[in-house]
Amino acid sequence: MRDVRDALMTARNSEGKLVRRPLSPHLQVYRWPISMALSILHRVTGCALGVGTLLLTWWLVSAAGPDEAFDRAQWFLGSAVGLLLLFGWSLALIFHFFSGIRHLVWDSGIGFEAPTYNTSGWGVVIATVVCTVLVWVVGLVVW
Amino acid sequence: MSGTPHIDMLRSPLGRARGLGSARAGSHHWWMQRLTAIALVPLTLWFIFSVIHLAGATHQAVIEWLSSPLTMGLMLALIVATFHHLQLGVQVVIEDYVHDERAKLTAVLVVKALCILLALVCIVSVLKIGL
Repeated sequence: MRDVRDALMTARNSEGKLVRRPLSPHLQVYRWPISMALSILHRVTGCALGVGTLLLTWWLVSAAGPDEAFDRAQWFLGSAVGLLLLFGWSLALIFHFFSGIRHLVWDSGIGFEAPTYNTSGWGVVIATVVCTVLVWVVGLVVW
Repeated sequence: MSGTPHIDMLRSPLGRARGLGSARAGSHHWWMQRLTAIALVPLTLWFIFSVIHLAGATHQAVIEWLSSPLTMGLMLALIVATFHHLQLGVQVVIEDYVHDERAKLTAVLVVKALCILLALVCIVSVLKIGL
């Protein structure tokens, strides 16, 4: 044992013998309450949005370039693959937006009671679906 | 990690824990994550509305939109807040799931370098269009 984290996982039992402390069960053992699913989704969408910044960068770079470069980017974003990426991107962004606000409210010390965080969790899901649909309906009408 | 546990070091667990203890930088990381999150609430809303507004826009229309000082300022603020928030968030994810010290440090540094680079490319693009 050479590491502090190992040292913290080791203890003596009632007979004075060195034993490894038991680990708590991990994700696969529990049923999935809404709060757990949303917590993981917040991380997943955050990472996905990180990848999505490549799309934003490409779009800005192409806009700073000649017309052909911009047209190529616009053509790709308007293609089936591009629209699918944009849809996933908007869904992740809107979810992360509402879920993030939920986290900020928690940071102020509000909303930790079980009924409240279950309600706010479903609120995030509903708001995400409604707003994503709204964005796409309005977006496609404008387009 | 397998077999009967034994201690082959002379330092006490407490002494070792102190050696690997907090660098007292955790609260700053936490606070910057929140600060950028708060800034991104209005900026993201503005960005979504702008993207809808620009759906199918010509190159000229996008250039005109981005040339307004207000749009440019908001866009630069969005870029800085987004990439700062991104590298802080991904750092935490990496630190949680990558346990090998060398791989962890490498991954965190690569992500930070990429975020800085992408942010600079975005900023230069916006300035090139608007100025």
